[in-house]
Amino acid sequence: MSGSSMWEAVSGIIRRDLLLAMRRRSDAAMSVFFLVIVVSLFPLGVGPEPAVLRIIGPGVLWVAALLACLLSLGRVFTADYLDGVLEQMVLIPQPLALLVGGKVLAHWVISGFPIVLLSPLLGLQFGLSGESLGVLVMSLLLGTPTLSMIGAIGAALVLGVRGSGLLVALLVLPLYVPVLIFGAGAVTSSMAGIGGEANLSLLGACLVLSLFLAPWATAAALRIALE
Amino acid sequence: MQWGSASEFFAMGGYGLYVWTSFVATALCMVWEVLALWRRRAAACAEQRAALLGSTDETTA
Amino acid sequence: MSIGINWLKYSSPQAFYPLAGRLIPWFACAAVALMGVGLYMGFFVAPTDFQQGEAYRIIFVHVPAAWMSMFLYVVMAVWAGIGMGLNARLSFMMAQAIAPTGAMFTFLALLTGAMWGKPTWGAWWVWDARLTSELILLFQYAGVMLLRTSIDDVRRADRASAVFALVGVVNVPIIYFSVQWWNTLHQGASVSMATGSKMASTMLTAMLLMTVAFWLYSIAVILARVRCVMIERESLPVWNDDEKPAVIQEVVEAR
Repeated sequence: MSGSSMWEAVSGIIRRDLLLAMRRRSDAAMSVFFLVIVVSLFPLGVGPEPAVLRIIGPGVLWVAALLACLLSLGRVFTADYLDGVLEQMVLIPQPLALLVGGKVLAHWVISGFPIVLLSPLLGLQFGLSGESLGVLVMSLLLGTPTLSMIGAIGAALVLGVRGSGLLVALLVLPLYVPVLIFGAGAVTSSMAGIGGEANLSLLGACLVLSLFLAPWATAAALRIALE
Repeated sequence: MQWGSASEFFAMGGYGLYVWTSFVATALCMVWEVLALWRRRAAACAEQRAALLGSTDETTA
Repeated sequence: MSIGINWLKYSSPQAFYPLAGRLIPWFACAAVALMGVGLYMGFFVAPTDFQQGEAYRIIFVHVPAAWMSMFLYVVMAVWAGIGMGLNARLSFMMAQAIAPTGAMFTFLALLTGAMWGKPTWGAWWVWDARLTSELILLFQYAGVMLLRTSIDDVRRADRASAVFALVGVVNVPIIYFSVQWWNTLHQGASVSMATGSKMASTMLTAMLLMTVAFWLYSIAVILARVRCVMIERESLPVWNDDEKPAVIQEVVEAR
């Protein structure tokens, strides 16, 4: 099997998933709306005090982004599982982990990337300043692909299981903790004037680690689910 | 031996509530686990016995 | 070579079941005896701590419980890994049997930790690296068990929970270090968990005795649970056990 055919298979999957998402744009819009609504609820619950909002802002934005990613996990494999495409994918000679990586990448473009784009606007709601907004965008840019990668493992494990929506949250949320700590920590430390570089590089390390390990675990989980 | 009396022992230098809660909770959890396993085993054996008797006797489905 | 064959013989559930049955009483008795000695040492021989008074005696259950909670997770993941690699039924059964005991010790470590933290730090809970990773460990135990109960097909349940257990092994150390990093960033006055630089040797002895006792207890309980799992999973009573004659007797009588 040549490298070019491998690349063709992966890019084919990415293109197909993006095309399908373009046909059902409301799906992609939903996680973004969810994020906006959740983030807007916090000032209403905590109170409009700008100093308080600035302290909780990074944490709230990150937790909301994390939940939005979590909610969109059901869409990564379910449709392909139900119409049998996934079973065909397992039979393709190209390594399943690579194909899975392509699918997760497409999923991130649909549901993760819009969150990154929208985040500066939401950051303004919490009174984040110019530099912190940049760090927020950077942290989400590095963090949300990691969330998609890790989440795909959980999504594959609970494929076709009853009550899978709640179960995937219980499985995946503990695994999201390091990303949350580094992501929110980057913004907080940049606001404190320490600079977010250290946390951002740790987020990058998490991304690299998940890029290498998560597709294999996801592929194993998919094979188990399809047996 | 550092305890003058039984009441001194149970008081644990004023920390009795914390110390004894920890030890009693641990003991209760262990006893509960053993009892739960006992019952699980009895239930599993009973189920097997029922299955075996059912498979040999054609009239009981 | 002969040892290898000997061990392989016990890798089948049918052969392991009676072996486990013979081992349980030994481990259980040893656990009870060592626990008695450890408690005696801990309460009557070990001296009062200078800084913490008598409250420190909680470590005789807290530290062993915390160690067992982490150790059992690793052992569970190793069995899960062996099961995935060799496709061995017994390994998955062992992983299934370990999870509840590990979760119980994690819960106990958190509870006794709060009991120890309140008098010594003045707080039931702090977001310290050890406490946080212990909490996440409890969530992961819960995840492993819930994933298993949610999947009806036993083979799939075995393998899915094995994958999750293995992923979790990577996660816990990352959480430990990330929270440590996070704490050094956030608060200068971090809480020191060290129990004093020099522990009296009798304290250490009592703690180690309790740890070994908890370990033996875990083995006994896990072996008992794996026997339950075997009975539940196999539809026919193939087990060479004291139960069997009674069952056969009943079958004969029913005829």
